[in-house]
Amino acid sequence: MKPDDSRIATIEVLYFASLRETLGRDRERIELPARVGSVAELTEWLRRRGGAWERELAAGRPVRIAVNQDMAEPATPLQAGDEVAYFPPVTGG
Amino acid sequence: MTVRVQAGDFDAGAEMARMRRGDPRIGAIACFVGVVRDLNEGESVAEMTLEHYPGMTEKALEKIVSEARSRWDLYDVLVVHRIGTLKPTDQIVLVVVAGAHRGEAFDACEFLMDYLKTRAPFWKKESTPAGSRWVEARGSDDAAAGRWGRT
Repeated sequence: MKPDDSRIATIEVLYFASLRETLGRDRERIELPARVGSVAELTEWLRRRGGAWERELAAGRPVRIAVNQDMAEPATPLQAGDEVAYFPPVTGG
Repeated sequence: MTVRVQAGDFDAGAEMARMRRGDPRIGAIACFVGVVRDLNEGESVAEMTLEHYPGMTEKALEKIVSEARSRWDLYDVLVVHRIGTLKPTDQIVLVVVAGAHRGEAFDACEFLMDYLKTRAPFWKKESTPAGSRWVEARGSDDAAAGRWGRT
């Protein structure tokens, strides 16, 4: 079946480390509003939840974003079924 | 297997012996072991917990190993990174690189660690007398990774 763009697209959003703690969840399923088509637009949409979301995802905060387990840019497009992850800069090794 | 993410400890000597016996072309093996320290940013550390992103972490490590293999002529590479709760003196990370000569083995080993520290999704949380805190990324790690040039 051909996907219909007017239908609601669902994505899975994951949060790690300090972001998982401050945002109070490790994952959630989000039905993307039609106007949210990129990483930057999703981040802006999450920021509108206010409180910790606005604070932690504010421009200039050191937040990294991956789409389908590859590092993403603000312009990276989003599609139904994508796995998007928000996390702080990595500190392994 | 080239990349392993595991809670359990590892045996660097056994891994090197396995590598050495598996390929008679090998003339040099470089090995790096990262260890938990009891002090960070002036605070004593009782233990730390390592979190990762299952799936992406392994993928990122595989990508870093492929990058090293494209830059140097290597016969074998192993990266093992531990997760979960670790205490001072525990081993955290192992990188073993085998080649014909020491030059590429040393360089690739250092490259792998520099890239791992800035590109593999792991996060450390430390327990100190003042409470627990997430370790912040260091600019010096970005600088170390940057000296290898763009990929």
